[in-house]
Amino acid sequence: MQIGLIINPIAGIGGSVGLKGSDGAEIQQQALALGAQPQSQRRAALALEALLPLRDSFELVTPPGDMGETVARECGFSPHPLPLPRGGMGESPAPFGRGARGEGETTTAADTIFSAQWMASRPVDLLLFAGGDGTARDISSVVGTKIPVLGIPAGVKIHSAVFATHPRAAGEIAAAFIRGEKLSIREAEVIDLDEETYRAGTVITRLYGYLRVPNLAQRLQNKKAPTPAGEAVRAEAIAAAVTESMQPGWLYILGPGTTTRAIADKLGFPKTLVGVDVYTREDVVALDVSAARLLELLADRPAKIIVTPIGGQGFIFGRGNQQISPAVIQKVGRENIIVVSLSEKLNALKGAPLLVDTGDPSVDEMLAGYLPVIVGYKDKVVYRILA
Amino acid sequence: MKAVAPKPMPRRFHQASWDEPVIFELSQPGARGVLVPEVEAGIAAEVGDVAAKLPDSLRRKAAPALPELSQIHVLRHYARLSQENLGVDLNIDIGQGTCTMKYSPKVNDQLARSPKMADLHPLQDESTVQGILEVMWQLEQCLKEISGMARVSLQPGAGSAAIYANVAMVRAYHESRGEGKQRDEVITTIFSHPSNAACAKVAGYKVITIYPDADGYPDLEAFKAAVSERTAALFITNPEDTGIFNYRIQEFVNAVHAVGGLAVYDQANANGILGITRARDAGFDLCHFNLHKTFSTPHGCGGPAAGASGVSPALVPFLPKPTVEFDGTRYSLKGDLPQSVGKIRPWYGVVQNILKAYSWIMSLGADGLREVAEIAVLNNNYLLKKVLEIRGASMPYAKGKRRIEQVRYSWEQLTEETGIHSEEMEIRMVDFGMHYWTSHHPYVVPEPMTLEPTESYSQADLDEYVAALRQVANEAYTEPDTIRTAPHNSTVHQTNHEPFDNPDEWAVTWRAYKKKTA
Repeated sequence: MQIGLIINPIAGIGGSVGLKGSDGAEIQQQALALGAQPQSQRRAALALEALLPLRDSFELVTPPGDMGETVARECGFSPHPLPLPRGGMGESPAPFGRGARGEGETTTAADTIFSAQWMASRPVDLLLFAGGDGTARDISSVVGTKIPVLGIPAGVKIHSAVFATHPRAAGEIAAAFIRGEKLSIREAEVIDLDEETYRAGTVITRLYGYLRVPNLAQRLQNKKAPTPAGEAVRAEAIAAAVTESMQPGWLYILGPGTTTRAIADKLGFPKTLVGVDVYTREDVVALDVSAARLLELLADRPAKIIVTPIGGQGFIFGRGNQQISPAVIQKVGRENIIVVSLSEKLNALKGAPLLVDTGDPSVDEMLAGYLPVIVGYKDKVVYRILA
Repeated sequence: MKAVAPKPMPRRFHQASWDEPVIFELSQPGARGVLVPEVEAGIAAEVGDVAAKLPDSLRRKAAPALPELSQIHVLRHYARLSQENLGVDLNIDIGQGTCTMKYSPKVNDQLARSPKMADLHPLQDESTVQGILEVMWQLEQCLKEISGMARVSLQPGAGSAAIYANVAMVRAYHESRGEGKQRDEVITTIFSHPSNAACAKVAGYKVITIYPDADGYPDLEAFKAAVSERTAALFITNPEDTGIFNYRIQEFVNAVHAVGGLAVYDQANANGILGITRARDAGFDLCHFNLHKTFSTPHGCGGPAAGASGVSPALVPFLPKPTVEFDGTRYSLKGDLPQSVGKIRPWYGVVQNILKAYSWIMSLGADGLREVAEIAVLNNNYLLKKVLEIRGASMPYAKGKRRIEQVRYSWEQLTEETGIHSEEMEIRMVDFGMHYWTSHHPYVVPEPMTLEPTESYSQADLDEYVAALRQVANEAYTEPDTIRTAPHNSTVHQTNHEPFDNPDEWAVTWRAYKKKTA
């Protein structure tokens, strides 16, 4: 068995000095100048510790230097190094990995992308990476759903759902994977926001795709109560509740997400991975629509919007589904918004409300308050929405 | 001067371990515990072949595959199993939060075992069972006083059976008013006992769940947004399974009444409010108690427990039947109740438990019941302070507020700092002759631990429990492998739970086990 490890050495460097992310060489230098300490080595080490007792049962594959090899050796592994293209690769002018390049030189996104691509083509059985949303996005761009991937949270922005809750938890899931325990693999969202505008005070996020993430949802639990049904079964139960309520003549606007995709599956219709799609009970109306197209479609027909929280912070509007613009929401009306969610997404909020950030404060205000959230068949939660 | 230095807590413990097989595997063909005497000639001549009257369809083709053992082997088997156990009669059993594992006085068991009780038959004529009918009637009067309700049915065979009886009465009530179809939703809270949602689902209701608000209390505004003309009832536990008392409970009741719905109080565990608050005084229409929690009858471990369903005057016609009536001189069973939801359990209910609960209440009196609640709350808040002094422990929701009779703690910080999970801590506690329960699933509180000390335990008991807990938490930081490899001093193993989710692997009977492993 081969486990890949990619560390983004500068992940999280901006956060500790209040820079809202670490994208771009200038910001990284600024962060270092402000005294920022890289977080990802230490956090990767926390995850690797859990794998140490199993080190003879798998091969650790990792790029040299700060991108994995250094910390792996420090933790007691003898990693298999990635074969490097001599004299740099692609557009990256520098040699590979900071350690390999000599002190002071930095790695770039191209290094992450090259390493991930190499691991996917090998393929390794599981790719572990330490980073944030930017790293997840780089990996997703070349790996897609080819191999299972698991994020060790080390970045400033952790909106994507591909990360374990804690570095140790990532190590634990990877250990279970190596031991051959039965794990469910879920498709988890990769979302990222544009850091440049974020630093300027505007949030623009996009859903970039999905990674296949192993899941330890049914970790050893005592059996006073039965184990809840698997995620897929409950998503199907939600889909059954929604499809049974669909009325003829109405348009149904499905936002992105795996739970909304289960609804399209139930109807037997295709669903774009990261797009907003429109259906009637009987047919596909339009796939991957823009805000403008949505408004056209809404001109002469009543519609309902079906959305699910995107990412780990509980946004139902304004993260990864901006196509459902404030104008679209206003036209459809609050009473025609259907929120669906697996209950663990609500539980993970630990009492925090669901969030909306449409870009139009008056629409956010209109959405604020309480909305029913469908969490199963004949199962709802009435949950707080905060603008 | 003591001759021996005092021993530090926690005490050293090692459980008996007998490596005992299941009783079917102990079977020896031909072994017998009792030799049944032959039928005497005179009787045989008089009665003839009794079995001849059995129809063919009832006749076994082969003898039942019961284990064959001598008396001494049966006794040894069960004595050994009793040593491989934990519980209130052996040690400090405060870890099974929400279950109210109080001490059950043995005198009540003796009463239930007496021939006067044990030899009763449910088909006896009423005139010959006036005693147990009186006990049932008297216990109903006690529970009426405790809850403020108009009538109480003692028929349900368990807490969840009582909740189901209440769901059935809610449904019958709305149907009687022509609103049965319209009212298809039941509302509950995420920290109410999950049987409320489950029983409502079984009865066909849609369930709406309310989460806590920013302060950690059931979200009143969410509840107000959830109630409508479709609401059949609110089913709510208070204090919730977190030990948090919903101080706006009256407003919840008012909000559901305002839309024509009913308010149902889950008082399975009423240990923190006994003699202090009453369901009916807060406007509730129905409530239920588990006699095996608050009222000290032993937990059934899957056997017969007992529940009690209380109702307001408007719900009396829908009570399970029969009811026990008293005309001033004679006790009787009344089955002619046309609007009743019917039978919830065969015969009278679990009368042994009814007797034990009655005896427990009468031995305490009204002042004693209130004292039970006061000590239970005091014990819990003492324990709470001690537990929160342990590194890595916390008490999420309603931060800084006290709890009533139990607490759902979190080891989230300890897990993040050490990688040790609550379930692993739980197994290590067994090495000290104790245990704890995490929480219902799915875990809403991360890395949960639910403790409920009840009134039965002394300060020294609580200190000893905390000493064990502190030691286990310290080990998580200093020698986590001791926890990961636990238990070391117990018969309990680290069990693999996976087969429980696979119907091909689990079996609830020996016959099914043999079939599946054949």
